[in-house]
Amino acid sequence: MKNTIKFMIGLAAVGLVSCEPEFDTPVDEGFYDNGDADFSTYVAVGNSLTAGYADSALYISGQENSYPNIMATQFTFVGGGEFTQPLMSDNLGGLFLNGTEVAGNRLVLSNDENGNPFPTTLEGVGTTEITTSATGPFNNMGVPGAKSFHLVAPGYGDAGGVLSGTANPYYARFATSSSATVISDAVSLNPTFFSLWIGNNDILSYATSGGSGVDQTGNLDPSTYGSNDITDPNVFAAAYSAQVDALTSGGAKGALVNIPNITSIPYFTTVPARSIPLDAATAGALNAQFGQYNTQVLPGLVQFGVITAEEAASRTINFVEGVNFPIIVDTDLTDVSGVLQGPPLNLPPATAMLLGQLRQANSSDLVVLPASSVLGSTPDPSNPQGVVGVSIPLANQFVLTSVEQERVSVAAQSYNATIQALAAANDLAFVDARSALADVAAGGVAIDGGVLTSTYVTGGAFSLDGVHPTARGYAFTTNAIIEAINKKYNATVPTVAPGSFPSVTLENNVN
Amino acid sequence: MKKVLLLTVFALVTAVTYAGGYRISLQGNKAMAMGHTGVAVVNSSELVFFNPAGLVYLENRLNVSVGAHGVFADIAYQNEATGENAMTESLIGTPFYAYVSYQATDWLALALGVYTPYGSGVSYEDDWAGSHLVNNIDLQAIFIQPTVSIKLSEYFSIGGGPIYAIGSVNFNRNLNRTLTDVNGERAEVTLDETGVTKWGWTASAMFNPTDKLRIGATYRSKIILEVEEGEATFDNIPNSDLTPFQDTTFAARLPLPAEMTVGLSYEVTDKLLFAFDFNRAFWNEYESLNIDFANEDIPDSVNARNYENASTYRFGLQYAATETFTLRAGYYFDESPVQAGRFAPETPRNDSDGYSAGLTFNVGSRFEIDASFLYLHFDEVDASYDAYFENGNAVPFEGTYKSSAFIPGLGVTYKL
Repeated sequence: MKNTIKFMIGLAAVGLVSCEPEFDTPVDEGFYDNGDADFSTYVAVGNSLTAGYADSALYISGQENSYPNIMATQFTFVGGGEFTQPLMSDNLGGLFLNGTEVAGNRLVLSNDENGNPFPTTLEGVGTTEITTSATGPFNNMGVPGAKSFHLVAPGYGDAGGVLSGTANPYYARFATSSSATVISDAVSLNPTFFSLWIGNNDILSYATSGGSGVDQTGNLDPSTYGSNDITDPNVFAAAYSAQVDALTSGGAKGALVNIPNITSIPYFTTVPARSIPLDAATAGALNAQFGQYNTQVLPGLVQFGVITAEEAASRTINFVEGVNFPIIVDTDLTDVSGVLQGPPLNLPPATAMLLGQLRQANSSDLVVLPASSVLGSTPDPSNPQGVVGVSIPLANQFVLTSVEQERVSVAAQSYNATIQALAAANDLAFVDARSALADVAAGGVAIDGGVLTSTYVTGGAFSLDGVHPTARGYAFTTNAIIEAINKKYNATVPTVAPGSFPSVTLENNVN
Repeated sequence: MKKVLLLTVFALVTAVTYAGGYRISLQGNKAMAMGHTGVAVVNSSELVFFNPAGLVYLENRLNVSVGAHGVFADIAYQNEATGENAMTESLIGTPFYAYVSYQATDWLALALGVYTPYGSGVSYEDDWAGSHLVNNIDLQAIFIQPTVSIKLSEYFSIGGGPIYAIGSVNFNRNLNRTLTDVNGERAEVTLDETGVTKWGWTASAMFNPTDKLRIGATYRSKIILEVEEGEATFDNIPNSDLTPFQDTTFAARLPLPAEMTVGLSYEVTDKLLFAFDFNRAFWNEYESLNIDFANEDIPDSVNARNYENASTYRFGLQYAATETFTLRAGYYFDESPVQAGRFAPETPRNDSDGYSAGLTFNVGSRFEIDASFLYLHFDEVDASYDAYFENGNAVPFEGTYKSSAFIPGLGVTYKL
């Protein structure tokens, strides 16, 4: 009896092992092909997009869905090794330097008591401290906020330079030394494969600030640039070329990702240019107030040769019954505030300043997302007549005009030409993220379980900051990169199902 | 004694039993060794399940059969497009049976059976690729069957009795593929209910046209377990009025389908017996698994199943080798009730082949030890579940499945 039981237990143990089902071709045993590439040590270099930044912050669950982390997971099927990331300390996102907050918490989609959704900053005190939270280098060398030339700038990770603006708070967390560069830290990992996606911020901050910076084309010294400036294409090319040289110095193969059209992101497409509803009486009263400006001031300025007739036409104000374009400040207009204060008009300074670079917006202007909380507001509670967009012009930072869009577009085209040329010259995979994301913006792309579009909040592709993708958007991008890699290196890295990745996070702050 | 015994076997039902359909054909070690044939085999009180009519033909006055099976089953899943793959935890379920029959008079036998003909246990790793369909499920049903067996003649008998079914279910899945709380933890629901009861019945007949040939037929009625106020627990739900999920109760119906068995046994020689059973399980009862949440804000969960009636063909041999040992072997082909496009990972069953063997060791004249083992082979299958929707869009869950099960069993028979 005892022996029989022992026998049965033994049989059972054998059964446990022998009955494990085996596929004819198991996906985790050589099913996929690495082709001509070696994915064993993958290093990703870039900016916020590479870091997994979303919802105006860097936080753990976003980082876990960064495109490099998704790619690294798929690379494990073709010999990919460990992939480390400088994970934040929490899912709030707030970043602190010696106890002082230098970056705020993430946005979440909240709702009011009527169930109307709105994005809001998640409450709570972040726990990520720059000076203690991470020790680099990491396989994910994505640094939110980095421009092309920052990656090769010594001192960009010096915590001492964060408050003065010479260093980056995110890189300061994990730079191997205060003099290290992002690219040198990346190269120190001896990558066998890399991805490089940089350059977006070289135009993005100019665009998101409504063209508040300067187009630095022609200025070859980036140390003189302001944070919202457009980087000179030659500065970009030199920095980018140096990065490719450094990353390929050990024989690594890799993928270069180009820069998407940033003016099609929800940050620029959500708030309509025409947004001021007026009844006939109000429109008439407003037109009466601008009557003298339209019929005497503007023709006068043309007559004196201060502005062209064409500019005068663009500056003419006309409100109608219905939804109107707001009045805006356009810094590319001739500043006539001085002229207006002099003879013969002798306008009071306040009026002259108001009219100095004033025009009504038109359908080619892009109004940025943050303008939604400003348009139609009355900043001075004691003056109900002072309405932004109607009697107070929408500030320059809220509008990306067609002239400004053109500067962004010209620079982006130049950067992308450089990226594509360097990919060809170095025999690297070229990822056309621009056209992939253009498809999302132009009506959407069918994915498993629906259509991915650029519509703010509901489109699925973009997070609540209107600039950075959601995890689903990152997964879609990942597939574009993997497909380019497979094509270039004759590999068969499996793609992912974007629909299985989350979009925006719902959460009400607990008050 | 019986009370103690029952308590013990109840405690044995720890977790899970092998999932397939969710009918578990493990109702006796002697029968299992012969490919789970038995509708026309008269050799023990296992007849309480297989064919109550045959009980009156047992030689002894008191017949007791008690036993259990250890189920070691695995399901492997993979998707070649994405590389996603999963293996269920190797679960050890212990379906059991206990049958007692008593020959009251020459023409009447009374019996009681307790057995577990339905159950399912599958446990994938949390948040695996198919977690929006199932993370884990544990379904159990215990049948208690008082039985009478009436001999109408040497050639013909009838039998049957009521069945009291006691069921329990615990099911966990993620709410969809993407909803998380603010920390990125996947939102999930757990459905739990125990002690669901329902009555059913069984009726059978046995015909012995010659002293070597027996023919049997058994019908067991369907039993629809109805959960009325089960516990529905929602976890990792974001704090938001934009999602309706909060803990509530649920109602659901789970059919335990009717089964018809016909078969025969033939004594080829004094020592060698051949048996054949044909089962027809009326699975078309199982059209959809609908979870009706009491909280009306929470959308009901409708999960199409569309099972179809399925047949099983069983063949068994019994060879009385020596006075001490009786050897058995069997084979069966089990048709899956699951249809194309309805292959859900909670019961990922395709057609299977069962190979069984076993023996009885006679310890003296009254006491026998019965052992069996079953290897269940499934072909690798590419399959999909197409009835999952997100925002009105079908999102099929596709992949390749490969299952197998190894099931040793041990029991005792006592005759007086």
